[in-house]
Amino acid sequence: MADVKIILDRIDEPGLNTLAVYERRGGYESLRKALTMSPEDVTQDIMDAGIRGRGGAGFPTGRKISFLPHGDMDKYLVCNADESEPGTFKDREIMQKNPHMLIEGVLIASWAAGTTRTFIYIRGEYAYQADILEAAIAEARDAGYIGEKILGSDHTVSLVLHRGAGAYICGEETGLLDSLEGKRGNPRLKPPFPAIEGLYQGPTLINNVETLATVPAIIRMGGKEYAKLGTETSTGTKVVSVSGDVQRPGNYEIQLGIPSRELIYDLAGGPAEGREIKLWFPGGSSSPVMTKDDLDIPYDFDSMAKAGSMIGSGAVIVIDDSHTVLEVAKKVAKFYAHESCGKCVPCREGTNWTVKMIDRIEAGEATPMDLDIMASVQEQIIGNCLCVLGDAMAMPIGAMVQKFRSELEAEIEAARERAEGADVADVIPVGVADEHAGPFPVH
Amino acid sequence: VSATNQGGRGGRVQVPRFGHGSRVPGWDTAVDLTKDPATVPDPATTPVPPQLREQIVQAMAKYPDRRSAAIPALHAAQDEHGWCSPEAIEQVAAVMRLTPAYLTSVATFYDMFKTEPKGRHDVFVCTNISCSLLGADEFFEEMLKAAEGHPDVNVASFECLGACDIAPMASVNGVYVGPLDADDAPRIVEDLEAGRTVLDHKQLRYRRSTDPGVLAEEASYFAPDPATSEKADTAGLGPEGDNVDRPGPAAPIETPTDEASNPDES
Repeated sequence: MADVKIILDRIDEPGLNTLAVYERRGGYESLRKALTMSPEDVTQDIMDAGIRGRGGAGFPTGRKISFLPHGDMDKYLVCNADESEPGTFKDREIMQKNPHMLIEGVLIASWAAGTTRTFIYIRGEYAYQADILEAAIAEARDAGYIGEKILGSDHTVSLVLHRGAGAYICGEETGLLDSLEGKRGNPRLKPPFPAIEGLYQGPTLINNVETLATVPAIIRMGGKEYAKLGTETSTGTKVVSVSGDVQRPGNYEIQLGIPSRELIYDLAGGPAEGREIKLWFPGGSSSPVMTKDDLDIPYDFDSMAKAGSMIGSGAVIVIDDSHTVLEVAKKVAKFYAHESCGKCVPCREGTNWTVKMIDRIEAGEATPMDLDIMASVQEQIIGNCLCVLGDAMAMPIGAMVQKFRSELEAEIEAARERAEGADVADVIPVGVADEHAGPFPVH
Repeated sequence: VSATNQGGRGGRVQVPRFGHGSRVPGWDTAVDLTKDPATVPDPATTPVPPQLREQIVQAMAKYPDRRSAAIPALHAAQDEHGWCSPEAIEQVAAVMRLTPAYLTSVATFYDMFKTEPKGRHDVFVCTNISCSLLGADEFFEEMLKAAEGHPDVNVASFECLGACDIAPMASVNGVYVGPLDADDAPRIVEDLEAGRTVLDHKQLRYRRSTDPGVLAEEASYFAPDPATSEKADTAGLGPEGDNVDRPGPAAPIETPTDEASNPDES
């Protein structure tokens, strides 16, 4: 498939973060064009493009916009720039190098959805990117792209950059809304969905950075033209962050539907010489892991879903055979245990239990039966919480237990043998189990 | 606090515990229940530095609901006081007309707010998957060692900072640097102590895109105007008037694996 760049198109051009260079490249022409169209036509164009949300869930963007009620009321648009999914760094590159593309996308989407107040919620760690965005927003405001009745239309829009303060859960849309309202970032019960009752109880459209950054290109080339890229149900291009044991980690813009092998080996260089891929995450650490046998699966939403995983935020993490599955599982479980907001019991306890069970394996106290318990804990997290943070741990850990059971069993056996060689005097009697720590005798 | 990492068969890990078996600090701290809960501080008796007040008022003006400014206000107070001290929280509460308890609940939720005094310089080492695969845990140990005896330097392990392309990496006072090796740890401390730019040649801001297509005009969907097809020779943004001859991202980014890796080979 031909190499097509839309998001990363000449992104290293010097000064692209300034309005002058962006405009010279045809920037804000799409906004002008969109403002001559009716909001319904703009929404229809985005629907025709078939673009699906680039943040993780892959929901069709056009339909999401159409869910917002019509009429005169306070409606909000929030751009989710709280990119925290382990392995994902595409939005960072977009915001740092081409901030005006995002701003233009936000403004077009706000016209389509009829929102007058828009926010970009950027994670607090992205200080440099936030500074660049802030400068770009000021430039756009001075140039009349943001404000009262922009470019002679009757669209009035404000744009506020909001910096977060470090919490993975704020990437979950309702957690993000609570955080933006100045609260702890706890997810909300759904329904009502944000499109009906979101920020400040008003209808709210929430989209990922990459999704919104694609909107100007869709308006410029026309939705039907955009839909010709990629596959029929996963249209367009996607920026994929490839990291881990590859020789050229970085962001690659691909047409959806290319074989995963092409992405990992041809573009990112594959693992170091002499090493082989053991497992890989196709869409951030929340996606069920894949093995080296799955490398020929096309990289698009539906093919990956059919294979039992997901492309999520588009973050491929490659792990070669110099690492054990257990060490990967431990990193994943610890991350979610740390980031669980603590609101729902299955997630709060399940993530912690999983960490403890992995610690037990490492300590040589586990038996293969513990793997069954671990798998059952994961099953009981999925679908039982307000948000998918717990599921995000349960899916990859569940997949690891399922796909790498023999390796994990060998790991258990090896750890037991190591432990038996240890000094018997050091052994803590199992009887002093902590009754608060769950059903397993963990110390 | 009782915590031990050794003992037990094969180094079994004991969970650190506070009083009453709790894993959360402060749960066993005695609370004076006869006292009334703290209310919104009286602005007349709570002096607030004028520049801090100014920042908080400006932040509140940006949102339909003033409470939305809680995080920006706490960021400003932390910059002012070095951490979210009870005094800092009190000042924010006085300006925002909120209770200190509300702001404390917010400050304790987010990783970037310090609820106890820490060093002035933050070194957040990412120890999530991609970084740890490439040696972040070892680097974190080195960093802790390098920062020993430097109370100004606050070293913490952090969850994914969103820069796995330069793994293993760290955020030093908000500046992303990587890929790091053991030698960089003492250099970071030296640079911080000397007030220099930290690891200038390893800063993310100079890194070019790795996708070969971004330089190829034939890959660009929108045919570039000849007048605009200026070739990139720097990535990202250099500081203004920056004439430093830096190895920068033009030099190949090396992946610090055990095996020799050749980035030109696919």
